Amino acid sequence: MNERKGQDNMDRKTVKKVARLARLELNDTQEERLVEQLGNIIGFVETLSEVDTNNVEPLASVVDNELRLREDKVVDGGQQDAVLKNAPETAEGYFVISKVVE
Amino acid sequence: MTDLTQLTLSEALKKLKSKDIKASELTDAHLTKMESNKDLNAFITETHDIAQEQAQKADERYANGTAKALDGIPLGIKDLFCTKDIRTTAASKMLENFVPPYESTVTQNLLNDGAVFTGKLNLDEFAMGSSNTTSYFGNVINPWKRNTGDDAQLVPGGSSGGSAAAVASGMVMAATGTDTGGSIRQPASFCGIVGIKPTYGRCSRFGIVAFSSSLDQAGAFARTTEDAALLLQSMAGFDPKDSTSVDKPVPDFTKNLTGSLKGLKVGIPKEYRVEGMPLEIENLWEKGKEWLEEEGAEVIDVSLPHTKYALPTYYIIAPAEASSNLARYDGVRYGLRMPGQDITETYEKTRAEGFGDEVMRRIMIGTYVLSAGYYDAYYIQAQKVRRLIRDDFMKAYEKCDVLLTPTAPSAAFAIGENEDDPIKMYLNDVFTVPASLAGLPGMSVPAGLDTKGLPLGLQILGKPWDEETVLKVGNSIERAAGLSHMPVTLDGKREAA
Repeated sequence: MNERKGQDNMDRKTVKKVARLARLELNDTQEERLVEQLGNIIGFVETLSEVDTNNVEPLASVVDNELRLREDKVVDGGQQDAVLKNAPETAEGYFVISKVVE
Repeated sequence: MTDLTQLTLSEALKKLKSKDIKASELTDAHLTKMESNKDLNAFITETHDIAQEQAQKADERYANGTAKALDGIPLGIKDLFCTKDIRTTAASKMLENFVPPYESTVTQNLLNDGAVFTGKLNLDEFAMGSSNTTSYFGNVINPWKRNTGDDAQLVPGGSSGGSAAAVASGMVMAATGTDTGGSIRQPASFCGIVGIKPTYGRCSRFGIVAFSSSLDQAGAFARTTEDAALLLQSMAGFDPKDSTSVDKPVPDFTKNLTGSLKGLKVGIPKEYRVEGMPLEIENLWEKGKEWLEEEGAEVIDVSLPHTKYALPTYYIIAPAEASSNLARYDGVRYGLRMPGQDITETYEKTRAEGFGDEVMRRIMIGTYVLSAGYYDAYYIQAQKVRRLIRDDFMKAYEKCDVLLTPTAPSAAFAIGENEDDPIKMYLNDVFTVPASLAGLPGMSVPAGLDTKGLPLGLQILGKPWDEETVLKVGNSIERAAGLSHMPVTLDGKREAA
């Protein structure tokens, strides 16, 4: 029963929407395949809905580390060349992208 | 003359210390082996020159008495660990030309101990896969072949397939891997070697290309439990650069390796007896229990009731974290860029071109389960079930010290099998994923061969921070199984064929 739900929910429109959110350009074949595959996978994970999780706290990390604080001091820096080294396009010490503001 | 590639890591260290062999000879022997095993496609980038230089420095240190813990030992590094000035691809087109300006903490630890890096090892793209068939740089081939006369090329398992194949074939003495849902243990089982994933937080994740941050953990591949312990020793340790690294002393992993198992309780989780599991795996599991009993351990039945929910939980949490981690690949700061009409189109084209099918699939699942309206039903529910899965283990560990299970539900399969349906591929990790979700240490040890002559592993899972007991039980199985090391038999077979 659960399996049905995921498959029925997954359609071309949803796949397009999710791809847009994820910034992935898909062609028609990919979209079609993903409707089926995502439907199956979501159907598969939907079995979780049968587990009673009332009063269960979500577990985000198995390590109960508190985030450590350190002294507010510069420990590294002045690495502009290293930071820019792998960029597809740079100019004057900046990353270059296409025009964003009209 | 002895074939230096057949030595264990610990034997090699002894011979280096006693000056029976030189580090440069040892490295050269392995570089030669890499040449003759090129068809396995285990390496993405080979670093012969760097390796020879490092070996020479190791020899100098042996000569002047300043040698370090792993001095002169040729290792392979999974190409998910950033290595300074050496290309690091994550097996993705996205990072085909990425050269990190920094070193991951784990590889830095190894370098500090004098290790020699012979190259960067192939893997599933961004560590997403169980067969090493999703790499942009091609499939890795398992050095093992079936003895049934069919010449099918087998997968080495994944995602650390290159690491497992390289160690099994003797191209390196040991290798690093990472394990998110089984990516060390399953390939170790498929390639007949030892693979250990320590407790989450034991090794720093700094400089490891992120897949699923709450699950990713570095670990070691080697041909013996002792070698795996030696490598892990060097890799492990607190790192202030990783907020999930835990500040705990690292015990001496080789110290209690061979002790008696008297007083030890080994739990057998009944839920791991899954439908359709081959009888020979079930029999091997039985044999494992007997071996441990003979060594003085008490074997008891335990229950992990939420086991069947582990895979669905994993396939929500891991893709969700992946979709978020992989958002960084935008074609702006590093990696591939495919220009579009505007910035959004540039992102979309770049990511479509740079990511392979499996990675896109997981980003899509992750984005879906995190999107408005689904977040609570999928992601939060998965995090809640994750706690129940962890609680199951903690309750079991009130009754026993370690758990014994098969590592994988099958031996290595042929390249192309299980490709038609992503879920079929995901089922490979059914025995490894639960411990990943709980952050526990786990190891696969080669324990026997199936009727087709392929290796099968048994998995030992321990309490948090108790890698020592895991290694000790693994060592016990290793001795009882008495398998001669794979690379030897294997190689002969392959070269004769």
